[in-house]
Amino acid sequence: MAIGWYLAVSAFIFCIGAAGVLTRRNPLVVLLCLELMLNAGNLALVAFARMWGNGDGQIFALIVMVVAACEVTIGLGLIVAMYRNRLPIDVDELRELRG
Amino acid sequence: MAEVVFFIAALAAIAGAIGVVMLRNPLYSVLALVCHLVALAALFLLLRAEFVAAAQVVVYAGAVMVLYVFVVAYVGGADEPLRGPGPGGLRVVGPLTGALLLVELLIATLGSGLQAISAEGAPYVSGFGTPARIGELLLTKFLLPFEVASFLLLVAAVGAVILARRRRGLDEDQGGGRTGPLDIPRPVETGTMAESVGTRGA
Repeated sequence: MAIGWYLAVSAFIFCIGAAGVLTRRNPLVVLLCLELMLNAGNLALVAFARMWGNGDGQIFALIVMVVAACEVTIGLGLIVAMYRNRLPIDVDELRELRG
Repeated sequence: MAEVVFFIAALAAIAGAIGVVMLRNPLYSVLALVCHLVALAALFLLLRAEFVAAAQVVVYAGAVMVLYVFVVAYVGGADEPLRGPGPGGLRVVGPLTGALLLVELLIATLGSGLQAISAEGAPYVSGFGTPARIGELLLTKFLLPFEVASFLLLVAAVGAVILARRRRGLDEDQGGGRTGPLDIPRPVETGTMAESVGTRGA
């Protein structure tokens, strides 16, 4: 398959994830949509690595996976802390930064 | 053969992504994301990225998704209305922004006129994308990013423990006094995050 097909799929997934981040209100689902966007970037990176026949893009994709795992850990920790403090699990309700 | 596998995997990946966004129950969204990740791993295999595909399935679809399922089970995946009350403009602007972004990205990638995009890619060299090649790159050319990534994982783990630890016992919870690391009783109406949204002390 031509590389352009992979890039088109990657663009589709990225835009679905971006629309999800903007529309959904549950922070868990917002985190899932961020995962979608990171995975779309990963697909584009691996496709470009195949295009050049060079392994550097795959290393970049692995590092992106590490960063995504860190982001998930911190985000889920925040959600658990919100739940413990009896805060609403809704990004529209959590508008104040004042702690 | 590769075309058939590509279209099946691509359709599964896009369907999984749509499922993540559209399903109401967060648990079903997590399961849709697992399907999406497995389909994406198939695409990685088609791109000759064997190690990345294996890491995707084992680390992502295995470990990270288990973390999600635990948190969804802990918090309780309440069904959320897709179009509930709230700022109505965002319900329209969000998908519209996504569609415009898609048009822009497709113009940027497919309309760029690059010769290499419409080709199969570089000729396959034996050993491309295998664990041996990836490991060699990680320990020679990309040693510093590798070490920084491991340090980042450590920082994230410590941060998550500090964020999610239990700050007070269940019995003292109604008193509303103890916050902060020093365990000093804190009077009500002193501006905690819970009070600012009116769930406690009001």
